[in-house]
Amino acid sequence: MANHRVAITGIGVICALGRDVSEFWASLAAGRSGIGPLRSVDTTTLRFRNGAEVEGYDSSRYFEAKRADFLDRFAQFAVIAGREAVAQAGIEWTEELRENTGIVTGSCVGGQSAEDTGFVELYKLGRNRVHPLTIPKVMANAGASHLSMEFGITGPSFTISTACSSATHALGQAFWMVRTGQVELALAGGSEATFSVGILKAWEAMRVVSAETCRPFSRNRSGMILGEGGAMLVLEPLDRARARGAAVYGEIVGFGMSADASHITQPSAAGAARAMRAALRDASLDPERIGYINAHGTGTQANDSTETAAIRAVFSSHADRLAVSSTKSMHGHALGAAGAIEAAATVLALRHGLLPPTANYDQPDPECDLDVIPNEARPAEVEYALSSSFAFGGLNAVLALRR
Amino acid sequence: MSDDQLTQRVFSVIAATQRIPVEKITIDGKFEELGIDSMDGVNILFGLENEFDITIPDEAAKQIRDVRQMVEGVSKLVLEKAAADSASAIN
Repeated sequence: MANHRVAITGIGVICALGRDVSEFWASLAAGRSGIGPLRSVDTTTLRFRNGAEVEGYDSSRYFEAKRADFLDRFAQFAVIAGREAVAQAGIEWTEELRENTGIVTGSCVGGQSAEDTGFVELYKLGRNRVHPLTIPKVMANAGASHLSMEFGITGPSFTISTACSSATHALGQAFWMVRTGQVELALAGGSEATFSVGILKAWEAMRVVSAETCRPFSRNRSGMILGEGGAMLVLEPLDRARARGAAVYGEIVGFGMSADASHITQPSAAGAARAMRAALRDASLDPERIGYINAHGTGTQANDSTETAAIRAVFSSHADRLAVSSTKSMHGHALGAAGAIEAAATVLALRHGLLPPTANYDQPDPECDLDVIPNEARPAEVEYALSSSFAFGGLNAVLALRR
Repeated sequence: MSDDQLTQRVFSVIAATQRIPVEKITIDGKFEELGIDSMDGVNILFGLENEFDITIPDEAAKQIRDVRQMVEGVSKLVLEKAAADSASAIN
């Protein structure tokens, strides 16, 4: 089976940086952070107060009340991003196309907020029943399921949950499915809604969330900031996209994965390096061709120095010539949606010739001695980039993207 | 509670969390020697918070590298808590 080049013909995003792609890009280009005091959840019992929320989110802008009842916030974000991506791609649906379209979504916690609400009813309020929609709202595949219903897509559809790598793994699988001709079109990405007290308490206990803000690669970094949102890409063979006159925003040219096999939370430079090398190999690219890396860059002490070591291991002297930034400094760490939000940021950066910065950068750290594009976006014509996700559990995923 | 009692209770929490005999733990013990990595450290802090009914701030937690620092940190927080409790009792 001949391999197709895989074009990105639609992008949809909703996150702390904006409710659509144009708002999202405007924030990235301005280096404006969406991190601030959490409003959707009571933080009085928490050691941290800040997060990256979708500001003023109102489901009634997007869904009729009856439909919204059936979707947890994370699934709503999947559908909202999917709608924008599909509209942008100008898809004209036929029954045949619907059967030959796949959906791959990523989510880490799924609808755990709905589960948390149910547990409050049981354990705190002493009630003896939880809402009957708890299960369909909690299931991590709800995003993929609601997208299939939204567009009548009947082809291969599934969800991947690999913590912070979920959406990158999802995009990678969808990319391979389109490349090998298993599907004619794919809608892929991730979504996440992390803000409920039960989930935040679990993050607090891990002591990896900053009480202040997210400062990736900065010496005074103090941890990650949680985010929420969704991002979806429409993928199709480049020749098909050209034949139908679709706008092409960029290409996915490679995908690589690896497992650390070392520690459940401590990252491994060797594992991250293996995933980057695998993506380059899959794309048949020499490391010197890469001009930009959208880093995993969580802002924890361990991740950023380990990731720096991994980039140095893969790129050797070229590491000093490529630009690296962590956009998590602006949209927060949206866990299972992060990889899709960052892939979208990377595609837009290549297309606009403007690399988004690492915001909140304050103090150089000798252990993170890369060109991290501090605080201000930088004009640069870059042809190839990587977008990296290195999850808790040591499961790594890296996409190679082309302008 | 004497200093010795507090130290023994800290040792017990470390031993229970790490699932090692309490005899292996000494005041001069280094985390590395005891096989305590960063996630283990977080687990032990959770155990200590429950044992002594204290809250260990993230910033303080980051400074702790060995058993002695753990004992001293807990001791300080327990004293602060006792002072706060007696102050609120007077008021």
